[in-house]
Amino acid sequence: MVATTMDRSGRVMRPVRPTAAGRRRVLAVGAAASVVLVALTTLGLILGDFPVPLERIPTILAGGGEGIEHTVVVDWRLTRVIAAVGVGALLGIAGALFQTVTRNPLASPDILGLSSGAFSGMLLTLVLVSASWQALVAGSLVGGLLTAIAIQVLASREGLQGFRIIVVGIGVSAMLASMNTWLLLQVELETAMFASAWGAGSLNGVAAGPVAGALVAALPIVVGAFCLVPRMRQLELGDDLASATGARPHVVRAVALLLGVGLVSAATTVAGPVAFVALAAPQIARRLARTPSLPLGLSALLGAVVLLASDLVAQHALPMPLPVGVVTVSVGGLYLLSVIVLELRRRA
Amino acid sequence: MPDRPPASLTVEQASFAYADTRIVDQLSLQIEPGSFTVVIGPNACGKSTLLRGLARLLAPEEGQVVLDGRSIAGIPAKTLARRMGLLPQTAVAPEGITVRDLVSRGRYPHRGMLRPWSPTDESAVVEALAATGTTELADRPVDALSGGQRQRVWIAMVLAQQTEVLLLDEPTTYLDVAHQVELLELLAALHEQGRTIVAVLHDLNQAARYATTVVAMRDGRVIAEGPPAEVVTSENVSAVFGLANTVIPDPVTGGPLVVPLRAPHTTEVRP
Repeated sequence: MVATTMDRSGRVMRPVRPTAAGRRRVLAVGAAASVVLVALTTLGLILGDFPVPLERIPTILAGGGEGIEHTVVVDWRLTRVIAAVGVGALLGIAGALFQTVTRNPLASPDILGLSSGAFSGMLLTLVLVSASWQALVAGSLVGGLLTAIAIQVLASREGLQGFRIIVVGIGVSAMLASMNTWLLLQVELETAMFASAWGAGSLNGVAAGPVAGALVAALPIVVGAFCLVPRMRQLELGDDLASATGARPHVVRAVALLLGVGLVSAATTVAGPVAFVALAAPQIARRLARTPSLPLGLSALLGAVVLLASDLVAQHALPMPLPVGVVTVSVGGLYLLSVIVLELRRRA
Repeated sequence: MPDRPPASLTVEQASFAYADTRIVDQLSLQIEPGSFTVVIGPNACGKSTLLRGLARLLAPEEGQVVLDGRSIAGIPAKTLARRMGLLPQTAVAPEGITVRDLVSRGRYPHRGMLRPWSPTDESAVVEALAATGTTELADRPVDALSGGQRQRVWIAMVLAQQTEVLLLDEPTTYLDVAHQVELLELLAALHEQGRTIVAVLHDLNQAARYATTVVAMRDGRVIAEGPPAEVVTSENVSAVFGLANTVIPDPVTGGPLVVPLRAPHTTEVRP
């Protein structure tokens, strides 16, 4: 609904729909990111040791093509692209949730050690319980939740907004990372090799079953996160004003963090603890769209772009393939740095 | 503007505390419907705490706050927010947010999952901008405004909430004297349109000039309440603030005007 209104002097004023001005730019950034994502997906399907020409792709995706072509393009490459897009989107949303309700651009789940915690949960499950992906999802969720509780307790004196939570998070993160290494040394060689592939965050050898399972499990969490957006927008005005306008800050914050832990755990079961995407994607999205808040949808889209691009670099651009987590630190980090430098120059 | 009759807000024997420290002690207060009530008192007398209690940011340890015969403790968050708005001292404007966007967030309690942005929301925002003289600023980022403009924008946000009762915690703090007067004139105009306003103010003479009811607090209790002429007296100012003073007629309004006396020097000032 767009209506015009007259003010007292009879002049026609522009409609005040709050999002009208900013919405166009958000849509433009969203469209641009989608185009990039499609281009990256196409690259992901044709690049590799087994050459598949671009014009064969539609036929193969439609179910045609020789057996080997189908195996390479659909079973291997498409699964991997979907995993990268899905995990990137989940991490982008999780980062936006955390950074919004803590009002702290550094308080993202990867910095706070939640990814490492989820991975610890997975490793313990692998060692003690079972290697089925259902058990691993549960293990990673429990690991993420316990880590969140531990950080909350350790940082409680200053609350979530202080600098303390970052320091505590980095400490917890480092402890968990060394515990993960130690766990890998304790298990049998075969299990260790299987698990350590994930250690730095990797999409090598992802299988369709676990990817689909984790993404489907995360879907209701994603829906929940989007339902929470109007409440989180009130939280940005400060807890007192949020309460006074009818949003309950403590409830909203707890729910947002819980949903965020769920998203990170789901992402970690697919790709291990991938660093930097949850930290960088929301900030990149906000700076590109110039919105006052961290936009959830764009954070998801940019998370997907960053992770897919990183994975392509990890597979093809270097003399030897690397785990994608190694690349996200560089790609995401460099990009965030350049955006911040541009911002500083704009302000100067 | 709400079409309902003015809301009746009552504090019944309520005590408010932070951690173990009781700040407001068994306080009873009737906010007259349609009044412009100003709460005054020395620092840490509990006036902001009382306001937070009225807005349910703080639950009473004992007693209750009653809105139209119903304890506010049992009113759902959004329902309460459609009747009572608060401008706290702690309001934060997200970086880069426009005036339009900020003011429209006052519509939150009127919206829901199945109620998208409506013409009603829109006209509430237009009216709030017009009433506070911020229409021209609508597309500007809040960061770029002056202190006086910013405070008017925050008032617009609370106005867009369209509540019968407005609670304001020291709305003139950080403003220069011209902007303080401008803001108080705005509040007086809003009061004349039928809103019940409860404000915490520091300046006694501003309280005396603009309030219909003055509530004087000290040590978590109400020392005096009533029309400014009855409450702002030399004895009361001395009792509440411990300030030697004389009260003369305000040359502009004829109401009370507090003039502090000079304190005798207890220490010698060295050059």
